[in-house]
Amino acid sequence: METIKTQDVTVNDLPWKIECKPDRCTMCGSCVAACTFQAIMPAVERRSITVSTGHRPEPSQKHSAVLMIKQRNSIENACTGCGMCEKICPNQAIKPVRNPDSRFSLLARKGGSPIKRGGRTSLNSGRTLDNIIVGRISQMTDPALDSERHTFDILAPFGRVLMPHELPLSAVNGTLNLTAKLPPVNWIYPIIFSDMSIGALSTRAWEAVALATAYLNEKHNMPVRMSSGEGGMPVKLLESEQLKYMILQIASGHFGWNRIVKAIPKMKVDPAGVLIKIGQGAKPGDGGLLPAAKVADHVQAIRGVPKADLMSPPNHQGLYSIEESVQKMFLSMNAAFKFRVPVAIKCAASATSVSVYNNLLRDPYRICGGFFLDGIQGGTGAANEISLDHTGHPVVSKTRECYLSAVKQGRQGQIPLWAGGGIGLTGNAAADAFKVICLGANGVFLGKILIQLLGCVGNEHGRCNACNTGKCPAGICTQDPRLVERLDIDKGAQNIVEYMLALDSELRKLMAPIGNSSLPVGRSDALVTTDQAIAEKLAIQYVC
Amino acid sequence: MCRIGAIKSKEFFHPSAALHLMLPQQEGHDNSGFAMVMQDMAGVFSKYKDKPLLSLACTQKGAKLVEDYMEANDFRQLAEWIPRGVKNVKLDIKAMPYYIFRNYDYPEYYRDASEEAKGELLLDTRLALRELLEKQEQGYVYSFWPDVLTLKEIGDPWDIATYFKLWDNNGDLMAKNVVVQCRQNTNYDIVRYAAHPFFLQGYTLCANGENTFYTKNKEYQKSLHRGYIGFESDSQNFLYTLHYVLQELKWPIKYYKHVITPLPFNELSLRSDGAELRAIRQSLGSLEINGPNTVIGMLPNGNIITCCDSKKLRPVVVGGDGTMVAIASEVCGLNAILPHRNQEQDVYPNEREVVIINDALEVERWKQ
Ligand code: SF4
Ligand code: SF4
Repeated sequence: METIKTQDVTVNDLPWKIECKPDRCTMCGSCVAACTFQAIMPAVERRSITVSTGHRPEPSQKHSAVLMIKQRNSIENACTGCGMCEKICPNQAIKPVRNPDSRFSLLARKGGSPIKRGGRTSLNSGRTLDNIIVGRISQMTDPALDSERHTFDILAPFGRVLMPHELPLSAVNGTLNLTAKLPPVNWIYPIIFSDMSIGALSTRAWEAVALATAYLNEKHNMPVRMSSGEGGMPVKLLESEQLKYMILQIASGHFGWNRIVKAIPKMKVDPAGVLIKIGQGAKPGDGGLLPAAKVADHVQAIRGVPKADLMSPPNHQGLYSIEESVQKMFLSMNAAFKFRVPVAIKCAASATSVSVYNNLLRDPYRICGGFFLDGIQGGTGAANEISLDHTGHPVVSKTRECYLSAVKQGRQGQIPLWAGGGIGLTGNAAADAFKVICLGANGVFLGKILIQLLGCVGNEHGRCNACNTGKCPAGICTQDPRLVERLDIDKGAQNIVEYMLALDSELRKLMAPIGNSSLPVGRSDALVTTDQAIAEKLAIQYVC
Repeated sequence: MCRIGAIKSKEFFHPSAALHLMLPQQEGHDNSGFAMVMQDMAGVFSKYKDKPLLSLACTQKGAKLVEDYMEANDFRQLAEWIPRGVKNVKLDIKAMPYYIFRNYDYPEYYRDASEEAKGELLLDTRLALRELLEKQEQGYVYSFWPDVLTLKEIGDPWDIATYFKLWDNNGDLMAKNVVVQCRQNTNYDIVRYAAHPFFLQGYTLCANGENTFYTKNKEYQKSLHRGYIGFESDSQNFLYTLHYVLQELKWPIKYYKHVITPLPFNELSLRSDGAELRAIRQSLGSLEINGPNTVIGMLPNGNIITCCDSKKLRPVVVGGDGTMVAIASEVCGLNAILPHRNQEQDVYPNEREVVIINDALEVERWKQ
């Protein structure tokens, strides 16, 4: 017998245990081949069987070596519960089972390195939005609209809006004429496909989202915009007509901007906007992180980097105040596109979000075209587990505070508020979006729900969440060509399109009963909550 | 649904005409408020058309408070009409002890002030009086403006008219323009201020319907102007927007409709003035209204205007006979006061339309 140590890892220490039924298993090996984490392996086991075949018990013992599927008892190869083995097994012989006795969090920091994983916060999922109901329903005095027949104007601004008295309008013969250029504002669908970069996503996954975006615009007249994420875009797309559906992101690593800047002279159309990422919900105060495992050749080409861990700094180096940001980043970004393209910024929700928003609102240059607040439940990609689970701020109350602060100054709507981070977490993005809009957001951005529509099996209970490993079993968050093959671009794009079409009619189904044909931004009177603390904090009605 | 109406005439008429316009429509109101604003007056006030006229309802103590304030601020009283109410317990009216309609002369040092400065003074004075009366719960002040009289009361319009002796035309009260409303108070407690029409610096407005963007409108308006207060009714928003667009921004009247019921973005993009309308829509998005509404308003120059919500969920009709034009929620009202008019020429404004009637009773209509 081998010597064992009491500290040795056993399968029972891991978060997921493989349940394999030997009587069903034909040893086809499919599951082993499918498991990207090499959590299971074929093994030979010595079995001892006692048989008795006659009329009277005459037991005899037989020893045999049998083939079986064995789970590795190693932290590096811990089963993530992704269920690919179960999916592929022709005989329903195998499945992962959640292990309540897991000691993973005690064992996984080997070598003094923090645990990293893909972007789902496993704590903090008690959602405010689930305690809010759309409670003000039009009945007789203010008839509800017909969601099928009435026309609805479901659009949100992206860009800096001027106060009415600042508009350069002059009246000639009873008609107002604009006498100067306004800051650019694009009216888009109130849902933006959030920034998930090429690199974080596989090219196929990114392409599927881009395809869905173009399809929604061109076939369904839904002006949905997609943010590129940090790291740039294919030059072909930069030089195509479809660029108008894209929001270009620049983050603190400035990855990919070289190619974007070089492509500017060849651009046929303007992009929909520029989004300067200051922070993100998954790991606020942390920069970006693309592990070397995911820095494939094409990622190196787009970003112009060697194969190494790509870390964006936690802040934009050289910018130490909001005023400076305004001067340097916004001006340069605005100027890059000759002031025709709105520039917005994205911050992680935090205690200081309102001060930042106020600063931007009062900026005399009026060039910030949107404030994106990313809450604690936001973010995909890679993060330290400690950041993912234990840092950040819920987005709902921060969005509300920003809105109310603007209201106090009579500046609501001047810098459109966009909220993200957990929107659609329970699968109902329309309801979430609607509620956040009633609380004062102009629109929302979605990320994780998109990759779920592409086939991601991760969840908030620690299933999979291996987006950082380069081994995404669904081919979404990996650059391994064999894994990427697993993702069907068309099917993925179709799932997103169909979801968005459903979401669009669901939004109407929510707007019609409250009697609104345009987005109910700030219509907090339409909401009620059964939680008194939430009622107080968000200034909405308490009901029971 | 409130019932609303307005009458504009080439000749002075007695306000009972407004009551006759409203009574056939009575089914729709619950006596939680009746109000009318008269502009361009004859009768007791005819000599002082350029002097501000104060309209208020108060207690005895309130009257004293007002008198003291006006005196302290150098307003000199010129004329007064104090209706002696018909005391009759059977009347459905929750009368206040005093109704004061009084002309004042501007303070000495304001005689040569610009019209604008005078307008600001009158507003500030009304707001100050309102605060004074409100704090001590001694009464209500509705308007303080030259040649404008506001009467508001809670009760049955018929009984209110009886109380104020409005059925006997003795020539005291005459006007060329009247905007009137009978309130159907579905929503809230009965508040005296809440009866429309509302008045602000020459702008009068009443509306029937529900403004589902009330919270949004109110949150924005509160910071726009010191006069945008009260918010006793969700239709007050329409008045403040009218005042803001015309008086504050000094935009032409046609943009009022573009602010309250902006065209959808896809329609804007097809228009030659799309860029301007888009700019207006995005800057003034918080003043948009949603929900079923008809608006009737009166401008400082006496023009009367009406328009509807963008889905046309509330009715309104305009009709006239050459000497008098009236607007009402329901055609039965018009039939009561203008039975001989040519009904075929009645105008039923649609969701994009604005109708304006000027002093010559020319009816101007245009599409937004
Ligand atoms: S559930 Fe996924 S990680 Fe676990 S053994 Fe099966 S394929 Fe491998
Ligand atoms: S399936 Fe892929 S994208 Fe989803 S959690 Fe797992 S690794 Fe991440």
